[in-house]
Amino acid sequence: MKIVIINYGAGNIQSIKFAIRRLGFEAILSDDIEEIRTADKVIFPGVGEASSAMKKLKSTKLDAVIPTLKQPVLGICLGMQLMCNYCEEGDTKGLGIFDVDVVKFNNTLKVPQIGWNQIYNLKSELFEGIAENEYMYLVHSYYVPMNDEAIATTEYGLKYASALQNANFCGVQFHPEKSGDVGEQILKNFLNL
Amino acid sequence: MLTKRIIPCLDIKNGRTVKGVNFVDLRDAGDPVELAAIYAQNGADELVFLDISATEEKRKTLSELVMRVAEKVNIPFTVGGGISSVEDVELLLNSGADKVSINSSAVKNPQLINELAAKFGSQCIVVAIDAKQINGEWIVHLVGGKVPTDIKLFDWAKEVEQRGAGEILFTSMDHDGTKNGFANEALAKLGTLVNIPIIASGGAGNTQHFVDTFIDGKADAALAASVFHFKEIDIMDLKQELKNNNIAIRI
Repeated sequence: MKIVIINYGAGNIQSIKFAIRRLGFEAILSDDIEEIRTADKVIFPGVGEASSAMKKLKSTKLDAVIPTLKQPVLGICLGMQLMCNYCEEGDTKGLGIFDVDVVKFNNTLKVPQIGWNQIYNLKSELFEGIAENEYMYLVHSYYVPMNDEAIATTEYGLKYASALQNANFCGVQFHPEKSGDVGEQILKNFLNL
Repeated sequence: MLTKRIIPCLDIKNGRTVKGVNFVDLRDAGDPVELAAIYAQNGADELVFLDISATEEKRKTLSELVMRVAEKVNIPFTVGGGISSVEDVELLLNSGADKVSINSSAVKNPQLINELAAKFGSQCIVVAIDAKQINGEWIVHLVGGKVPTDIKLFDWAKEVEQRGAGEILFTSMDHDGTKNGFANEALAKLGTLVNIPIIASGGAGNTQHFVDTFIDGKADAALAASVFHFKEIDIMDLKQELKNNNIAIRI
């Protein structure tokens, strides 16, 4: 299986590569359009700030490529947020794969949300064998409001979508590569899609 | 519900854990990677590695260690100790660290917090603050609490938040090593002044101290070293006890 992690200068992609290795696979880091197009599975990571991440993506022309991919694609954290229509952070236009806008948590809460929180209302093969209310590790200041593409829900001051799916595109707000054995199972499920 | 975090801290020197650890099931008690993996399996929510070595080889050794930890451990971890530049942080994050913690370098050059937050995002920048009370006033100290500054804890905490810190790791030097409990009064006050998560550190001696720091100190996370390393407190037992006290915790 050819697994490509999109490399556009986003932070902490080592952890995803290592998590995949723990599952017995090897992932390639690449920004090469052909390499990405021919992958069996594509992972779109992201840590950092939305507008600068989008700028990097545009500089490699990957912003036009990602929405046209046909194989299973998994956006993680900021990667998922960039797959939405719009991110409030840095007034950033997204890739428009998920039909929703990303907004900032209310400042009556501690922001960023950092730590382990529960996911429930699980609605995808991505969560095969995952119990309702399992804990996932999250670090984020912006969130995706509830919408029709939500495949998991989390509560932090309000209910929000902590995972999304539209056809072959999945996105998770949490970090499966940092969420212990349960997170690794979700990555494994993605590789089995 | 977002849960409170339990964070074992490992002191590292030249790529090895310092302070004795009392894990009979460890093949190599000095290997931080093996120790970290055991903590991850036993319910730790996060780990902190504090590098106390001061050799020229330090950066390379530390980044190699970070990579070995990231390879093996599937929970988040923070690396701190002598980090003073954008280049230091970049190397550690690229090696697989989730967050970095800065302390003295932030006091000496507060603008560093802004630079790091802008480049890497607030979510991976922890500002560690060591403080102790002098004439009833909490004063920030440097060099592991040895050198007092003229900066007040509560002013500094607000400033680091404004500059872009994503989290504060507050160690009370008055409580550290005493095993008499965390500095809950100061922690609770910090919690009202800043809107970012606060990690309590210094003073953990028994399970009740953790209950108290989450309830009275309003801490978001609690960090400890020796009580975990010497198995005086088992993390699973601790978490069960916290849960019995209606504290949101991941079990």
